[in-house]
Amino acid sequence: MNTKISMQLLSGNEAMALGAYHAGVQVAAAYPGTPSTEILENLSRFKDIYAEWSTNEKVAMEVALGAAYTGARAMVSMKHVGLNVASDPFMAASITGVVGGLVVVTADDPQIHSSQNEQDNRHYARLAKVPMLEPTDSQDAYDIMGFAFDISEQFDTPVLVRTTTRISHSKSAVEVSRHRVVKNPQPAFYCNVPKYVMLPVNALPRHALVEKRMLRLAEYTEISPLNQIMWGKRETGIVTSGVAYQYAREVFPEASFLKLGMTWPLPEKMIKEFAGQVDRLIVIEELDPFLQDNIKSMGIEVTGKEYIPLVGELNARIVAESCAAAGLLPESEKEEAIPSAGGLPRRPPLLCPGCPHTGIYFVLNSIGQRSRLVEHKNNGPQEPKLIITGDIGCYTLGAYPPLNVLDTTACMGAGIGQALGMEKAGVKSRIVAVIGDSTFLHSGITGLVNAVYNSGHITILILDNRTTAMTGHQEHPGTGVSAQGEQTFAVDIEALVRGIGVKDVKVINAFDIKALRAGVRDSLERPEVSVIIVRGSCAMLVRKRAHPRTVDIEKCDRCGVCLRLGCPAIQTENGRVFIEPTLCAGDICTVCEQLCPEKAIHAEGSVKS
Amino acid sequence: MSQSKGDGSWFDRRSTELTPRSHHERISAQRAMAMNKVGKMDLLVTGVGGQGVVLASDIIGETALAAGFDVKKTDTLGMAQRGGSVVSHVRLAARVWSPLIPDGGVDLLLAFEKLEAARWGHHLKRGGIAIVNSYAQPPLSVSLGQESYPTDDEIITSLKRKTGQVYFVDGTGRARELGNPRTLNLYMLGCFSVFAPIDAGVWKESISRRMPQNIREINLTAFEAGRKEIEGVRIGKS
Repeated sequence: MNTKISMQLLSGNEAMALGAYHAGVQVAAAYPGTPSTEILENLSRFKDIYAEWSTNEKVAMEVALGAAYTGARAMVSMKHVGLNVASDPFMAASITGVVGGLVVVTADDPQIHSSQNEQDNRHYARLAKVPMLEPTDSQDAYDIMGFAFDISEQFDTPVLVRTTTRISHSKSAVEVSRHRVVKNPQPAFYCNVPKYVMLPVNALPRHALVEKRMLRLAEYTEISPLNQIMWGKRETGIVTSGVAYQYAREVFPEASFLKLGMTWPLPEKMIKEFAGQVDRLIVIEELDPFLQDNIKSMGIEVTGKEYIPLVGELNARIVAESCAAAGLLPESEKEEAIPSAGGLPRRPPLLCPGCPHTGIYFVLNSIGQRSRLVEHKNNGPQEPKLIITGDIGCYTLGAYPPLNVLDTTACMGAGIGQALGMEKAGVKSRIVAVIGDSTFLHSGITGLVNAVYNSGHITILILDNRTTAMTGHQEHPGTGVSAQGEQTFAVDIEALVRGIGVKDVKVINAFDIKALRAGVRDSLERPEVSVIIVRGSCAMLVRKRAHPRTVDIEKCDRCGVCLRLGCPAIQTENGRVFIEPTLCAGDICTVCEQLCPEKAIHAEGSVKS
Repeated sequence: MSQSKGDGSWFDRRSTELTPRSHHERISAQRAMAMNKVGKMDLLVTGVGGQGVVLASDIIGETALAAGFDVKKTDTLGMAQRGGSVVSHVRLAARVWSPLIPDGGVDLLLAFEKLEAARWGHHLKRGGIAIVNSYAQPPLSVSLGQESYPTDDEIITSLKRKTGQVYFVDGTGRARELGNPRTLNLYMLGCFSVFAPIDAGVWKESISRRMPQNIREINLTAFEAGRKEIEGVRIGKS
């Protein structure tokens, strides 16, 4: 092993993965979720550790917890809402504690770049009574992992590492200075019923131990090198953590700083001493007033969220303007206002050319007469003829025009339960739940069992594109390939659904419009739960792209049906439709060709009839 | 309570059993090197998903690091699948704090697509530089006839509000001529490199390191072509 230092430009996620690897992590588990996905992707490339994509975050947490019980160092990573799914075993991990270090990485998403909410997971540290560490850049992210595992083992607790999109997805210089050291190369499990079996008789004394642990952690956080004071001028003292630290340093180059790398429990004495030596104490933090409220409860006078926004991601300009408005910075430092680039066409995310979701969405749009809903939306509430509950994945993009096919999207797996709830409430419209393969395996199965058990009449469309596409094509239990690229057992979704007790199960080619239309119409008539598995590979994974389609301008009557697919390859110029050959997926798709009433679309170079 | 006047990294902090002190000291020596670096640049790279914006900004970051700068770069992709807006912030200086460029503080805008140049042009600093690939990829709303694509005049006017230094290049056309449209990003990188406070040799080394053998030569050629293009224009102007 060499200990040579190298300077690398790493993203926060890459740095956390490398930091964990060097800290001797032996088992890593995760479910993909932006912005956390690359942590496990990077770990999976090290062949001397075990790394898995778990079916969901709850299972991932349980896998890591089991590994930690054996003395191995284990890690689980997820996006912020993933911790909601994993919160049950997370709370259990807090009360049982660990043997080997257990690090839980939560990647929050301020600004909701790619999520359904903006929750601040720092509250979970307080709820679960576990220590929390927050990096401010990739160097911190690399260094923090060693601390996290050490703290976990020393204090017999899982450690929450909280990152955000701007940390995880920013690259900065990292001095990679360590090499991998495995503390316990021979993990073993030893019976310890009072510690591991959470019967009431054991759990209550464990709770007392958790409270004692918090007291010891409160002592540690006072002397931890993770928390640091940097003295500048004493007029303004700033308490901050995470990426907000970077914005604050940029906006207040001369102020005094208390940079918190460990944000739970908080170093009360250190904060009091810092507050006592500055004229005015402020907190600069993203999202909730987590630091501020806790500092206030120490009886310290502090401001922050009175002027720093609660909503959205911060940046240096927002911090500067908020602080200037509050009189903390001279107004003259306010920069010239920026005229917005209004009036430009937006470029929202789209389903790709050749996407296997496009055809079924077109069918749902036309059966449900969804275009009318959009046209009449100004005439008061519109009751759809066909209610479509949605889920989380690429297919959520079907909510955008021109497809307009989703009525709900809440969280992973919610669509099936929502659909049944609407039915049981007594709505007259037919109800369809749309869910992807990875999401179905993540948390749709229990919803489907529930619908069958409770005699629902809903139709569930499982859009099976054979990958976890939205987060960048990770494997899942249905693909038969592991996170580390090994061939494994592939869950048979059709057999699974039949096993649950669904009688009407259809498997339909995602690119066969006629079959899709007939299949959906038939299933909607069934007086029972029906499932359609719409199967077609994600276009991004299909390398072969033969015969892009072209439009015969003599036959085209410009009816615009093909444009209603929302396919990025189908474009117009001066009112004429054309298909961009470099974008068209060609033979694998042909959905536009099947739809064209004038038969004006055909393979490029093929004989015209 | 100990006190320090450091830069916030953990190397100069109190030693406890949870700090491997020795390697932290070496870190400070390395970072000190970057601290002496002169010059800074805040660069915004924009384009459409699939054009290679992220790879280009990665190479810029790695090259700046190799040239001794402190670097931060961050991509804003949102839910960008192929076809969405992509914007990368790259900041290089002796010490970089925020990974995001403060609004309105962009020194150089490198746009791979015209509409994206117009969308981000107002973030340019007064008197900054804009390099724009004169290629249009109309968004779906334009194809559907719901919105219209800005005219070249509108795009130029909006950029000229901030700066006179606007360079239009036919990157897409030149990359196609070179035999591989996917080299657009390296062509644009070549255009940008003329303005970066980094030697040409450092660029070529870092591109060679990053590109797999089979496409290394064509990408270096594209880089060189972009570089020549801008150098030619600049000489022509003076």
